[in-house]
Amino acid sequence: MPNLKDLKTRIESVKNTRKITKAMQMVAAAKLRRAQDAAEAGRPYAERFNAVLGGLAASVGNAEGAPRLLAGSGSDKVHLLVVMTAERGLCGGFNSSIAKLARQKAEELTNAGKTVKVLTVGKKGREQLKRDYADAMVGHVDLSEVKNVAYSNAQDIARDLLARFDDGEFDVATIFFNRFESVISQIPTSQQVIPAAFETDDDGSESTVYDYEPSEEGILTDLLPRGVATQLFSALLENGASEQGARMSAMDNATRNAGEMIDKLTIEFNRSRQAVITNELIEIISGAEAL
Amino acid sequence: MADTMQYDVVSPERSLASGQASEVRIPGSEGDMTAMPDHAPVITTLRPGILTVVGADGTSEFVVTGGFAEVTAAGASILAEMAMPKSEVTAEVFGSLIEEAESAVQATANAANDLAVKYLADLQTLRGELGV
Repeated sequence: MPNLKDLKTRIESVKNTRKITKAMQMVAAAKLRRAQDAAEAGRPYAERFNAVLGGLAASVGNAEGAPRLLAGSGSDKVHLLVVMTAERGLCGGFNSSIAKLARQKAEELTNAGKTVKVLTVGKKGREQLKRDYADAMVGHVDLSEVKNVAYSNAQDIARDLLARFDDGEFDVATIFFNRFESVISQIPTSQQVIPAAFETDDDGSESTVYDYEPSEEGILTDLLPRGVATQLFSALLENGASEQGARMSAMDNATRNAGEMIDKLTIEFNRSRQAVITNELIEIISGAEAL
Repeated sequence: MADTMQYDVVSPERSLASGQASEVRIPGSEGDMTAMPDHAPVITTLRPGILTVVGADGTSEFVVTGGFAEVTAAGASILAEMAMPKSEVTAEVFGSLIEEAESAVQATANAANDLAVKYLADLQTLRGELGV
């Protein structure tokens, strides 16, 4: 039986842990609200942008001379996986689920005879992937200094991607991130950004016929690179909200577990104390009887 | 004919303004244009410039740097890469924008360079207009 002193220390230490997880949960809740607001504020832009770009892309289609960003480089041998994770841990399965999805995709591609390259955004993803894909790592974007993700962060990543694409480093780029559903559910998602892929409207209604200024192609060449940045930005925002949501529920669980543990330990402590007292009483009584 | 139309000014990070306007003056890349209710549908890219919205409650001005505008009969939405109310623009913000543009001019070549040079020139003109 553990002695009383040990139990007492143990209870104290679990209580401290509970305080920490509780604090982390509250911080995550506050940050979540901000991240969610940011994600919502960014949505109208991304939606409009993709709608216009999608319409344009559909009308230019795969015509001769379509920009490379839309038509692709003509092959799909080299795939670049952009894995976006958090900079910090302690957020449940958040980072692992993205890494898992990326790993699956990488295996699939390797089995199909493609070359896989990996670019990580966020420290945790790199840590998880660098063991298996050390040779495939082509770069890493560090966002640990960034408090609130700004559009310029996405622009920097996009610029890097586009430069690599222009150099012919890869043919297809896919981003991996967690889509924010709710606090308890984040969905690991993959999305192809280069060449640009658009969900086609399923309502089938004919869209307005626009005049384009300059030409459709001109606008497309101007907008496609921005489209990459926009997609990256909304992925970053979704990821940010997901991270805080995941952390919040992970910390909520941890707090609850710590509470249960404290209850259990307290009962054990009380029982041991009672046992000690009973023992002492027995000793006193039997001592008295012996006289 | 309606006297006003819906307008939205959106940047990637937030929605800046939306409401009813009788006219929106847009700094298009091929030249300025004014969108009014029942305008023919147009999509145009933007150059750095001043976007003016004339609404029922007065005129508001925004500084935009790039992006595009979508004009339909029912309204105008401006999706600007960077947009801020004119009053919020400071010399500091503008300085960093121009610095960035200058380094882009250095870094690019060929067609991309032409664009970068034009962008920088537009920014400098805009600085003159704003007087910051």
